[in-house]
Amino acid sequence: MAISLQLALAAIAVMLCAGALAFAAGARASRINDLYFLLLGASGTLALTAGLGGLMASTPPATTLPFGLPWLPWHVRLDALSGFFLLLIGLVSIAVALFGPSYVRGLAHGRDPLSVLGGFTGLFVAGMLTVVLADDAFLFMVAWELMSVASYFLVAFQHEQAANRRAALLYLLMAHIGGLCILLGFGVLAAFGHGFDFDSLRNALPPTPWTTVAFALAFIGFGMKAGLVPLHAWLPEAHPAAPSHISALMSGVMLKVAVYGFIRFVFDLNGDLHWGWGVAVLTIGSASALMGALFAVVQTDLKRLLAYSSVENVGIVFIGLGLSLVFLSTGHRLLGVIALVAALYHALNHALFKSLLFLGAGAVLHSSHERDLEHMGGLLRRMPWTGLFFLIGCLSIAALPPFNGFVSEWLTFQSALQAWQLDSGVLRSLLPIAVAILALTGALTAAAFVKVYGVAFLGRARSRRIRRAREVSLGMRAAQAWLAVLCLLLGVLPMPVVALIDAVPRQLLGIGLAQATRHGWLWLTPVAPATASYAAPLILLCLAFAWWLVRMLLGRARLRRPRRSDAWDCGFAPPDARMQYSATAFAQPIRRVFGVLFRIDESIQNDSGTSRYRLQIADRAWESFYVPVARAVQAASRRVTWLQSGSIRVYLGWSLATLLILLWVIS
Amino acid sequence: MTLLPWLLTLLQAALFAAAAPLLVGWIKKVKARLQNRRGPPLLQVYRELWKLLGKEAVMAHTASPVFRAAPYVVFSATWLVAAVIPLVASHLPSAAMADVIVLVGLLALARFVLALAGMDIGTTFGGMGSSREMLVSGLAEPALLMVVFTLTMSAHTTNLASVMDYIAGAGLLLRPSFLFALGALVLVAVAETGRIPIDNPAAHLELTMIHEAMVLEYSGINLGLMEWAAQIKLMIYGTLIANVFFPWGIASELTPVALLIGVMAITIKLALLAIALAVTETVLAKMRLFRAPLFLNVAFLLALLGLLSHVILEVGA
Repeated sequence: MAISLQLALAAIAVMLCAGALAFAAGARASRINDLYFLLLGASGTLALTAGLGGLMASTPPATTLPFGLPWLPWHVRLDALSGFFLLLIGLVSIAVALFGPSYVRGLAHGRDPLSVLGGFTGLFVAGMLTVVLADDAFLFMVAWELMSVASYFLVAFQHEQAANRRAALLYLLMAHIGGLCILLGFGVLAAFGHGFDFDSLRNALPPTPWTTVAFALAFIGFGMKAGLVPLHAWLPEAHPAAPSHISALMSGVMLKVAVYGFIRFVFDLNGDLHWGWGVAVLTIGSASALMGALFAVVQTDLKRLLAYSSVENVGIVFIGLGLSLVFLSTGHRLLGVIALVAALYHALNHALFKSLLFLGAGAVLHSSHERDLEHMGGLLRRMPWTGLFFLIGCLSIAALPPFNGFVSEWLTFQSALQAWQLDSGVLRSLLPIAVAILALTGALTAAAFVKVYGVAFLGRARSRRIRRAREVSLGMRAAQAWLAVLCLLLGVLPMPVVALIDAVPRQLLGIGLAQATRHGWLWLTPVAPATASYAAPLILLCLAFAWWLVRMLLGRARLRRPRRSDAWDCGFAPPDARMQYSATAFAQPIRRVFGVLFRIDESIQNDSGTSRYRLQIADRAWESFYVPVARAVQAASRRVTWLQSGSIRVYLGWSLATLLILLWVIS
Repeated sequence: MTLLPWLLTLLQAALFAAAAPLLVGWIKKVKARLQNRRGPPLLQVYRELWKLLGKEAVMAHTASPVFRAAPYVVFSATWLVAAVIPLVASHLPSAAMADVIVLVGLLALARFVLALAGMDIGTTFGGMGSSREMLVSGLAEPALLMVVFTLTMSAHTTNLASVMDYIAGAGLLLRPSFLFALGALVLVAVAETGRIPIDNPAAHLELTMIHEAMVLEYSGINLGLMEWAAQIKLMIYGTLIANVFFPWGIASELTPVALLIGVMAITIKLALLAIALAVTETVLAKMRLFRAPLFLNVAFLLALLGLLSHVILEVGA
């Protein structure tokens, strides 16, 4: 057993120990707080190292563990794909470990909440690590459910508020429907593969309609967990309800575990790829990206806005995966690899900047107890470091060069622009439309994050709580700094990252991006140097050079400090904080232009001289998808109430009849 | 690799920045003539710029570091785009640094920072300008990218110099997709550079402004940089239209004669474009803000038509 796999297993063991420790500590959990987060950090470092090892190893180490069913011991395997996601989990875990100690202290109230929080966080992270390592369907499902159920308790952590309890229940429900679909998907493969370990599933090669059934089940199951439209409505309820460092783990990492599951199932286990799947994934991905971005623009709750933006970013990842499926199934394997690398790169980027933004939101929440953008303002002056890191997160998520979000979107564009190589005219015209949606999404995201940063961190404070906000502790700042530096590094030095990710398609598909890495660390040339090239370090250098040149040459007045004065008030009363553009006002033009896609409930109540403006924006997914399903379930259960006579003998009769019918079916 | 191409790149970047105010002065002059006025002298724009760059900057008490850094970021990013776009010669080494998508990204970076600066002071006008700018650009950027995609899918490259080579070789008129793309790019350029009918660069009524509202709080050297960046941006779009769709005359090798021809060609092309812009600005009135999405939808649809006509009619033909 290779050392990298041992390290990965050690990461899981450390996390389980940390969880057990927190449960055991009970009411004294706050005393072992520092130790707990030290263990989390150690586990993250182990996972990070193991992931790097997995990406660099040429043959994936595998072993079996003496747990599980008698005839099915637990298989674990660390290939490049697992390694990549271990790395991702490790990077974010380290940030959370730095952020946690002082943040959690602010949450200590009630009887023994900290022990519950710590315990389930341990199980949650251990579950995610195990999902990524699992090499048989049984262990995969066990770990998957561990992850889902443990995170349910984290969503329900602040259960005093009814909204959080509702969000947690909805989350549990959706997680289980998704889990059921995944289980059935594995079942389809296992029926043909005669075994539950991934090797048997890989060699199952079910006949055509069944591969599509398996794909559809996996897409629904993993897509639900990843928060794809139209199944996304649980995500903006559940993710903001958890404490902020858990939100970072859920949005930053758990969604990526769902992406991992999808890649593992579709690209690795399920038989031949079909272009129709690619079109389906591309369509759903584009819809998620667009709807996520639009809903993010109109939110006024910071954490909810970030959650909607997660829907958008997962959509972008799935656009990349859809492109990859289309290209791979039509024989353009190199292009498929570019799209896959773009999707993986974006998954990593999103893990970094979304965790960064959630931790930033957590820092604001910790310091001012405020999540509503309408009450914020001027935080940059009060929390300069958090403000700086949050700005880096905003620039990254808005896909602006030279930050990391831009690199992955650029790669996605590059692969989509090779659509001219496809033979089918329908596909050739479909891909550019997806790309157009991606472009629109990028612009809307920029609008959303100009709004967030402009309203929350710039301008003037809109409430007393914000005026009293102070910079957070060193650990919380260090966590954000770690992620912000990674965002910048991944944006400026994309070449080493692409070379690292390249191991995934080389192992998974047997083909790598030799072309992209041929021209040295400076130039990123995914297809060919003549086709497209991007030199991120040079861009940063030129920007810095231009800045320096302007300061040196132009500023005749540069040595004088700028004089401070009042803002321009048009000759009327001086502007106060309430006259600033609010978050709602900022989003109004976009809300109006895209009005058909929202369900807007807007009214002005005019009673006794004072007018009150009320605005509610609802997600159409509720009324068009969730509510009908809920009604159908209720109607169906009403139909079968006649079975419930209340007599135990009748029930036993039904059980016996069912048993007999099942025996007859399988015999 | 020799030093000469890099030197020429720097020279071209300097020329770009130096010529941008002249283009704006020329537009003002032509507009004034069309309105039966004498208009300011051509070099007036330079004088104003020089005055602003030497003046003391005054800032509001609430201004944050973002406000102070924004002019430099906006100017640097815009200038970097200008340095990569082929103006006089097409095969300069800077072209490989950033392809068209990166250029669009850099312009987006400048806009993002500008919009943040608009919100920084906490006045109503700044926020209003930022909000409107993000709407207009939010709709214009996809259209611009669609134009880019139409070109790059024909030329099979996103490298701007290679696209120009391709168009110079293939010719413009035979391809309906390029005509659609040209129409879309013109509309996007009008919207992105804040010209009539989307925005009015000479607006003095605050409620109707977009770009001017965002820079309302700037003064001195900061305002100078912002204005200069806006002028460079106008010239960027002009050069894109002139050199991408009508690439004739651009120097493809670095000889003195070719470069001279290149300078003359781009001067004539930009001067003609500027006259066209001045005429449209004189005959059209500014739109209400909520008509702007319609305008940009037309741009987007044109670009989409261009792309689809390319995909359906031209591939394989």
